[in-house]
Amino acid sequence: MSQSNTTMNLTMYRMSSWLKSPKPYLMFIGFGFVLSFWYFSVEVWKLPRFQDMPALTEVFEEWFSKDPYYGLSIYTPEYYKHIGISLRRIGYAFFLATALGVPLGLFLGWSQKLREYIFPLFELLRPIPVLAWVPLAIIIFSGSETPVIFLTFLASFFATTLNTMLGVESIDEEYSRAAYCLGASRWQTFIHVVVPGAMPFIFTGLQISIGVAWFSLVAGEMVSGQYGLGYIINTAYIMVQYSQIVIGMITLGIIGYVTSALVRVAGDYMMQWRVRELALGGD
Amino acid sequence: MSTVDKTNLMPTKGAIRIEDVVKIYDPEGTAVMAVDHCSIDIPAGEICMIVGPSGCGKTTLLNTIAGFHGLTSGHIYLDDEILCGPGKEKAEPGSDRIVVFQNGALFPWKTNLENIAFGPMMEGKLSKGEIYQKARKMMVDAGLEGTEDAYPGEVSSGLRRRVEIVRALMNEPKVLLFDEPYRALDSLTKSVMHEALLEIYYKNKVTIFFITHDLEEAIFLGHRLIIMSSRPCKPKKIVEVDIPHPRDYSVLTSPRFREIMNEAKSVVNEEARKAFEAGEKEG
Repeated sequence: MSQSNTTMNLTMYRMSSWLKSPKPYLMFIGFGFVLSFWYFSVEVWKLPRFQDMPALTEVFEEWFSKDPYYGLSIYTPEYYKHIGISLRRIGYAFFLATALGVPLGLFLGWSQKLREYIFPLFELLRPIPVLAWVPLAIIIFSGSETPVIFLTFLASFFATTLNTMLGVESIDEEYSRAAYCLGASRWQTFIHVVVPGAMPFIFTGLQISIGVAWFSLVAGEMVSGQYGLGYIINTAYIMVQYSQIVIGMITLGIIGYVTSALVRVAGDYMMQWRVRELALGGD
Repeated sequence: MSTVDKTNLMPTKGAIRIEDVVKIYDPEGTAVMAVDHCSIDIPAGEICMIVGPSGCGKTTLLNTIAGFHGLTSGHIYLDDEILCGPGKEKAEPGSDRIVVFQNGALFPWKTNLENIAFGPMMEGKLSKGEIYQKARKMMVDAGLEGTEDAYPGEVSSGLRRRVEIVRALMNEPKVLLFDEPYRALDSLTKSVMHEALLEIYYKNKVTIFFITHDLEEAIFLGHRLIIMSSRPCKPKKIVEVDIPHPRDYSVLTSPRFREIMNEAKSVVNEEARKAFEAGEKEG
């Protein structure tokens, strides 16, 4: 109870000091700069090569229109269906990648022998870009859903496993020694020292993992799939409905940001000790 | 101090006998002798200070007693039971000999109370309720009241050391092995820690094997100083500290303290110079 209260207070404190600092206003200036460049270059100056770009006003009119020209806006259920399907794919893939990647990474870091079996193979597969897996994914998995989930899973899985393994390796040996000294068995040491000790790295891995998951999801949806934000972007391009490309991109940005923020919050929740330590250290 | 009569009672368990121990490291074919035919006899309940220049192999000796690595030849006994020797290459780390580490090895992901309860929780002989009750009581006795639910990262380094010592005592060890635990502390905190350690010692008599290169610390705390030669490590001179326990900080200004200091200093300086000239690395 008191732990969540502390987190709450800390969050409130950070929020208020953030609002008092120049940071949020600088942020608005940053946004304003990019948006006005978009507006002027396309609609006012009509720079060469920018003439076919969807205009800022066009995009936002379409996005917030009750009766969108191309059939997609925040008022159409279709829009949320695409978002929902993309989110579901991310959800499955991220869950699978975490459920398999974290334990695998923990054991790879913990057991020298397992590492010798698996790690070279792992290192050979890891650099293969997700796009190179597309044909095989379509051949192996049936339908349009599973190949996309598989592709999304792959990159996430590698990021999570590798970071978890590095997390185990980063733990100071004295912690395990102390645990043995205090009478812990090998397994107890694993549970009480290795798992929590690797936690900061695991969550760094999960942050990377959720990022690359969106990356590979869009790649997968562009190639195979009948719904989803990547599908919108690709179809809009083919159908010359350019404003929808930008709507898809902005939506991806927002949802991608929210999902990584959720992972960060989950990490803070599970690592109270770290939150409090960092809060004391000050920034 | 009112516990005078108790202080002179020595425990019957916890005598360490180091007999003709040799430890040779063999990294890449170049044998390095860390410990050379070293014999030390420590009676139960003694505070035995191992003094020597940095990198002389003192920590190697401690690690061998703790069971973190094996020895090349010789025997180590705990109460006439063999810890390691021929046929038993490495001692089993166990809660009868607990190490207090140089950099501190409290688990940062557990609260102070959870850290202190860790040993008995792992052994699982008592119920959780009993363990926590005992842990709270020990914390109160050691003046750690009010820091139970803080994480180690939230309290001062001096307090952290005290928590670590209490954690070690929870398992009712026969021997405490200190590996320069106060090395990183400033001299004011150090002096507070010394008195606190003695106070804890008077309440819970255990054998203390204490590595240091701080002569003042060694004479203030120890019954005996064993001054080691620089690498390979071997007792060079034994200095009896005949200042009666219990001691407090007034001891530091006594003439006898000065005499012992002068006696020890000349030996230590000679070894330090040798170590410096040999250009040995910290270790």
